[in-house]
Amino acid sequence: MAVASTENAVRSSSVARAFVYLFLLLFALFYLLPFGIMLINSLKPLEEITGGGMVALPQNWTIEPWLSAWSTAQIGVQPTGLRPYFINSIMMAVPAVILSTVVGALNGYVLTKWRFRGDTLIFGLLLFSCFIPFQIVLIPMARVLGILQIAGTTPGLILVHFVYGIGFTTLYFRNYYAAFPTELVRAAQIDGAGFFQIFWRIMLPSSGPIIAVSFIWQFTNIWNDFLFGASFASGGSAPMTVALNNLVNSSTGVREYNVHFAGAIMAAAPTLLVYIVAGRYFVRGLMAGSVKG
Amino acid sequence: MAATDGFSASGSDFRTRLQNWLPKIVLAPSFAIMVIFVYGFIAFTIYLSFTDSRMLPSYEWVGWQNYDRLFRIRQWDTSVVNLAIFASLYIVISTIIGLMLAIFLDQKIRGEGVLRPIFLYPMALSFIVTGTAWKWMLDPAIGLEATMRLWGWESFSFGWIKDGDMAIYTIVIAAVWQSSGFVMAMFLAGLRGIDNEILKAAQMDGASNWNLYRRIILPQLRPAFLSAFVILSHLAIKSYDLVVAMTDGGPGTSTWMPAVFMYEYTFTRNQMGIGASSAVIMLMTIAAIMVPYLYAELREKK
Repeated sequence: MAVASTENAVRSSSVARAFVYLFLLLFALFYLLPFGIMLINSLKPLEEITGGGMVALPQNWTIEPWLSAWSTAQIGVQPTGLRPYFINSIMMAVPAVILSTVVGALNGYVLTKWRFRGDTLIFGLLLFSCFIPFQIVLIPMARVLGILQIAGTTPGLILVHFVYGIGFTTLYFRNYYAAFPTELVRAAQIDGAGFFQIFWRIMLPSSGPIIAVSFIWQFTNIWNDFLFGASFASGGSAPMTVALNNLVNSSTGVREYNVHFAGAIMAAAPTLLVYIVAGRYFVRGLMAGSVKG
Repeated sequence: MAATDGFSASGSDFRTRLQNWLPKIVLAPSFAIMVIFVYGFIAFTIYLSFTDSRMLPSYEWVGWQNYDRLFRIRQWDTSVVNLAIFASLYIVISTIIGLMLAIFLDQKIRGEGVLRPIFLYPMALSFIVTGTAWKWMLDPAIGLEATMRLWGWESFSFGWIKDGDMAIYTIVIAAVWQSSGFVMAMFLAGLRGIDNEILKAAQMDGASNWNLYRRIILPQLRPAFLSAFVILSHLAIKSYDLVVAMTDGGPGTSTWMPAVFMYEYTFTRNQMGIGASSAVIMLMTIAAIMVPYLYAELREKK
């Protein structure tokens, strides 16, 4: 991604080029279709969907499904709409993102600029923790949250996401700071600057991009989480993903597909917005999380 | 490369010593959290998998009995077979689509800046959202089948999601939709990193496009192939949300996967010992893939 080729050496005929464009456009359609379908059907009365016209544009445009999904739809046993759960997700994600990023930044700083014997092992252990299947921690975590008396609450979920976010944020900052000239740190040290002074004055001012990556990637992961939300937050403190699943998969009553689609777009909106506004950092986070080291 | 070494402090006053210890003090809470919440919890779950825990943890040691039983439970069989089907199709199809898109996008395409984000945006969505979209799109009553019939293709039928033998493939479709753009991004990064001079030289020697890709470009993408494989297989083993959102494991238990099995047995059926043993097997499977990969990555950088 760093070095874009100025000139592609592979030549191709015009027939081949037409095929390439056709292929790419077909796939663009494939990726856009589900979201497009959700959008147009969220603006339709229910009869138009059950009448079989999922692909057609609405005959009678309506925002009723959106209002219903937001404030009156039945989630579990309460007709509250998704709004309280949307707020839950924000209350959960924001502190967890900030906490894990701060800790990750400090860890990355220590692991690259204040190295000590065994630091690679510690980093390796942290790194592996990013990839464990979380099923392996569900049972003890449920016990610990119970003992701390925060089972089924938003603070409980903040703790869980903070704890299991540290590995990734440390990875981001470590890789970023590894490329930062250690001589600058050394020089500041000789001038008498302390540990936090160096971090605050030298490292942090140049950390903008990686802070953005960490914020965006942590936010996306935490907002989109379902397993922890479903396991540790019941009823009123459930996050958005869990509430959406309850809305869509509740077996009682008429299936209001248009309301489901409106709800799904609401659940997707924050991360999608982040992606549209800061896609560049999103892709960087994706790469940093996959091409490690 | 240490900027300073904690043990060979030049000054001996308190402030200097504190400065030398600060890095370790700062790292200590994370280390403690990791030891308890990751490795301690893993140890606890492994321990539970050898006990007769049911609704609550119990400390009655039963040896390998849970594992013995696990492998004789029909739903575990279903889950493992489903995972094998799902993981292999998901990895292979996502890799092929991702590679094709990357190669095609790399042909100096007009509008690349528009196409790339379109291919990649599903990655920003929750699996619950993806599952909701595909669940209703593939639902015979209102989705694809109904639309085709409405358009006049009366005999068209596509009811996989309601069919116990085929439902797992609908989950593959949704998962590929979500992740193939991500694979594209990884391959594109790899392609952009290849030195153009080598390609030009090969072309001068009369290599065809096909040979160029087969002999020179694809071999250079090996790290991207490896990363894609590791990330996708890790996602596949963990997949839980998508199954719950699309089929909730059904029809019946036909789309269960190990992650669903673990949750059901532990929290719904109150068979915590069995649930713990299935989690341990999931961990071992992921570790078998991740540990060698991470080890190699960390060593390379030294």
